[in-house]
Amino acid sequence: MLIPCPWCGDREDIEFKYGGAAQIAYPTNPDSADDAAWARYVFFRPNPKGKMAERWVHSAGCRRWFNLGRDTVTHEITSIPDMGQRR
Amino acid sequence: MIAEAIRRSALADYAERFTTLYETTGGSISIRELPFLAQLNLRVDAGDAAVMRQLTDSLGFSLPLTPNTAAHAGDRRALWLGPDEWLIVDPDDQATSLEQALRDGLAGVFGSIVDVSANRTVLEIRGARARDLLAHGVPIDLDPRSFRANQCAQTLLAKAQVIIERRGDEAAFHLYVRSSFAGYAAEWLLDAAATDR
Repeated sequence: MLIPCPWCGDREDIEFKYGGAAQIAYPTNPDSADDAAWARYVFFRPNPKGKMAERWVHSAGCRRWFNLGRDTVTHEITSIPDMGQRR
Repeated sequence: MIAEAIRRSALADYAERFTTLYETTGGSISIRELPFLAQLNLRVDAGDAAVMRQLTDSLGFSLPLTPNTAAHAGDRRALWLGPDEWLIVDPDDQATSLEQALRDGLAGVFGSIVDVSANRTVLEIRGARARDLLAHGVPIDLDPRSFRANQCAQTLLAKAQVIIERRGDEAAFHLYVRSSFAGYAAEWLLDAAATDR
């Protein structure tokens, strides 16, 4: 599988490490968030069969994190709104 | 009594085996260690034009801003490692002047210079079959059409993290490998060259 690193371009997946789900929103008001809200932020993650927004790091290359859309069944790289952003 | 300081490069023990390889492959693979290069890791905000100008003046050339490219002036080279990170390489005897040049370039600026000279050793791999040899263990395309002169890439050789650099010469690759992985990489190269024959 080739993964498009926003800096280095297409590289083989062995150069990357997986960082779980992307787009997990930090509680908007952390001071007043209750335990349930924190638990949801810290522990709850989507586990879809199909398209998913993911964090990846180009660990053997430029060591930068980025967001990527991937289909968990077909491994097809799909576009997501903040994909390829250099952060 | 003061112990005498003896400096040994990571692959000092391999010189003889590299020579043997050169002979048994009829000169089509030549591997040589370039030990003790001065290597400094530079991190600075590439978006700050004034700082980049200051660094250009003190280094003698502009830092490469295109991902996976290298720039040089004489023997002093800069390899792109990340959007705010470079590896600056110079001969051993230039270590002090290189450090001073970077200190001048970073004067009054938020940035960092770290001496990583002992971090990696460098192998020069050249010859008609150098590219075939590396292609056995490297997942990137080393064809000169896609991996051109003055390009570099951080990638894997077998299971070791390496930086591969192609200087002007198309038949030669420079492989930066961690000192602790140097033996592994050297053994892997010797083995791959033997089975490839």
